[in-house]
Amino acid sequence: MVEGSMRSIVLTKGVPDFSEGAVSFDEDGHLERGKTPTVMNPNDGFAVRAALQTKVRHGGHVSGMSMGPPGYADVLKEAMGSVYTDDSYLLSDRELAASDTWATAITLSAGLEKYQEEVGEIDLVFAGFKSADGETGQTGPQTAWAMDWPIVTHVLALDIDPDERTLRAKRLVEGDRDEIETVEAPLPCFVVTDPEFQPTYRKASHRLTHKRLRAETEERAADHDDHLTTWSQEDLNLDPDYIGLDGSPTIVSSVDPIPKAPSEREATMVDPDEETEMSEVLEEMQPYAAGAGD
Amino acid sequence: MTEYEHYEAVVVGCGPGGAAAAARLADHGVETLVLERGTEAGSKNVSGGLIYAEESAPYTIDDLFEGFREEAGERPVTDYHIHNIAENSVKTYDLSDLHEDDTDWCDAVLRRKMDSWLERRVHEKTSETGGGVLTNVRVNGLLRDGGEIVGVTCDELDPIKADLIVGADGVNSELARDAGLMDWEEPDEWFQGVKAVVDMEPDVIDDRFDIEPDEGAAHLFSGDLFEDVRGGGFLYTNEDSLSIGTVFHLDSLVEQEAEPHELLDALLTHPLLAQWVRDDYHEREYAAKLVPDSKKVAHEEPYRDRLVLVGDAAGQMQAQGPIIKGMNHAVTAGALAADAFVVTRGNTDSEAVGRRYAQMLEKSGTMDKLRPRRYEISRTLGERDAVTNVVERVLESPVGSVAIGNPIANRLLKRAYNSPFLVSMLPDTKTGYVTLPSIIGEEHGRSIHWENEIEPPTLEERIGDLTYDTDIGNPHIELRDESVEASGAAVHACPVSAEDFGGGCYRSETVATNGSEETLVSLDTQPCIECGTCAVVADTDWEHPRGGKGVEYREG
Repeated sequence: MVEGSMRSIVLTKGVPDFSEGAVSFDEDGHLERGKTPTVMNPNDGFAVRAALQTKVRHGGHVSGMSMGPPGYADVLKEAMGSVYTDDSYLLSDRELAASDTWATAITLSAGLEKYQEEVGEIDLVFAGFKSADGETGQTGPQTAWAMDWPIVTHVLALDIDPDERTLRAKRLVEGDRDEIETVEAPLPCFVVTDPEFQPTYRKASHRLTHKRLRAETEERAADHDDHLTTWSQEDLNLDPDYIGLDGSPTIVSSVDPIPKAPSEREATMVDPDEETEMSEVLEEMQPYAAGAGD
Repeated sequence: MTEYEHYEAVVVGCGPGGAAAAARLADHGVETLVLERGTEAGSKNVSGGLIYAEESAPYTIDDLFEGFREEAGERPVTDYHIHNIAENSVKTYDLSDLHEDDTDWCDAVLRRKMDSWLERRVHEKTSETGGGVLTNVRVNGLLRDGGEIVGVTCDELDPIKADLIVGADGVNSELARDAGLMDWEEPDEWFQGVKAVVDMEPDVIDDRFDIEPDEGAAHLFSGDLFEDVRGGGFLYTNEDSLSIGTVFHLDSLVEQEAEPHELLDALLTHPLLAQWVRDDYHEREYAAKLVPDSKKVAHEEPYRDRLVLVGDAAGQMQAQGPIIKGMNHAVTAGALAADAFVVTRGNTDSEAVGRRYAQMLEKSGTMDKLRPRRYEISRTLGERDAVTNVVERVLESPVGSVAIGNPIANRLLKRAYNSPFLVSMLPDTKTGYVTLPSIIGEEHGRSIHWENEIEPPTLEERIGDLTYDTDIGNPHIELRDESVEASGAAVHACPVSAEDFGGGCYRSETVATNGSEETLVSLDTQPCIECGTCAVVADTDWEHPRGGKGVEYREG
């Protein structure tokens, strides 16, 4: 493999800007999409950093990819600003509206396949660990499944060996910060980064590259439209039955507001050194502990 | 040895010395990496500050950086005066002749603006030869192989090897100390400067200083407004601000137990200042810096192995009487170090570059400016206490005062002040700084009765206005000895500490132990402005904060 020919894709999506001052709710507490600006999913920021680290260390090409309405071009532009992507691919079509994670994964995998046919062989796909609005964390793994590629999730640190065509990753086990395992996977591979992921640049040459990429990107992001490719359902050659609302097996029956915690509660102060008082507390708790021994 | 990254040249620090070295190296096609610990060059730097271009210098900053004066400077100095003060009596001399001697041009500068501009130019130049400038990187020491210096070590990066290492890391150079070339021992080898940058609209400056928009004023102050502390004050006009500050011998600050911020306030609140600054006083930034006294510490052989030192790191700061020149010498030294590397490249002797550099400093006349031989001779007499005391008594006697006070003396004094030759001989005693100026002020001066309306901010407010990125849980200074004898001087001398002030770096605290009371010194590095004073006057382990951490000057 020639050095500097690594090719990565960053999957990102737009979410409502939940930050203070930007987000807007109606009287019933429902999000007002129209009044709330769309931004890049904050969790994708970590994926973006991992993609950037790979680009800085190994060179190559990084493309941003997203599925969504035409307005998501701004999200890809934002990704270009932070990951220094070289170009952007937007999968956008009316037919794709109301996709659940499954239909989205099918669409994204079609986008990746088309990319491989028309642009180049992909080595790595980076995805955020979940979106700030849906919070399912399913799209990344489902897309990997659709591509039949390995996936490494909860990645804290990443090393790529372009010659061996492998990656080595440190990952959180079961989300427990105390348990970290090191895994190795062949390329091409999906990588889902954990919010704890920290890129490291310990070489001066890496930092100089980083600085050069930043300067180059500032110019490129200014005319993002020139670097944007939009693919429709027809371009992707997708069966309408497998995409959009029709292709989405998920049914959201209803949305319940989360009940507010009662503001007044009864409390009795108990001295832990008082034996009688403490045994009363234990007796009170007994019924709730039932089943633990079953 | 492990495989480390290698660059032909590594320059540590992107002030004028480092920038000059890097630019010149890049001009020669040398692959040059510049490492700067500030978040942007200039964010760690403070100057008075005037930058000179000397006619006799082999390099000036505008030779190396086209457009420097237009883009990076403030106002040129077209008006230069010294004020001798005895209470409200002031005698002013025009210092233009001295100022213009050997001066091609001289501009006021603010370091954040100046150095960040230089950084961008240096990055452009060095990028073309395979290097560049990296900020937020602190070089913490020298990389050695078998005892020989072969590179640098950093907090943020793996060690880097280089054929040439330029130590341009400033007055508190960690490289100079690591190499054993400089120490932090004697207060009398240092000055300490404090400065306030004060807001003022350009047209107000033009009006109050009676200058055109493309002109600038410089005023120096000496005499008794600082009690017996040896030093003086300055005021320079920038484009839309004033730089007002004081510079004192560090040993004198320690002896007199003076508070640097109070000495600055003494200048700010003197009636003389009322002609320029009214009740509209607004301080943008309070800053401080140590200044090496080149007469004593400019290193004659500022190199070891592949390491060469330039600028403040090598003690190359010429402060003699009213002349304060540092940045211009750093520029010359940096460019010469680069030239020395190019002519000795390929030489197997790693010290060839250093030797050549020292020769070039000598040949170019730079060394004689920094360590004038005339001073070496007069110092041996002039700075002996006995001599000083005799001279002082004569001057203070009616006979002495009359002698200086007669009209002929007035003319001669002006000439003497304007003589570079005489000024370079001035011994560093109370006589030159306090006694003589106050007698001049008293005998020749005119009383001024302007109402000074300036209300300087408190030290707490000054610290509160500074920008810090504190490295929480990782203090960069450790107090080795908490006793008052060892470290008590820092409570006064530190520019962000004061007796009975709890918000500064150094405090003295009374601690009760086993029934007896003891006064100890304690340290909180959060308000530190990284001047290095306590490294000299207290017993500390002193390092700079990690890259990008600590104080960030906006003006400098």
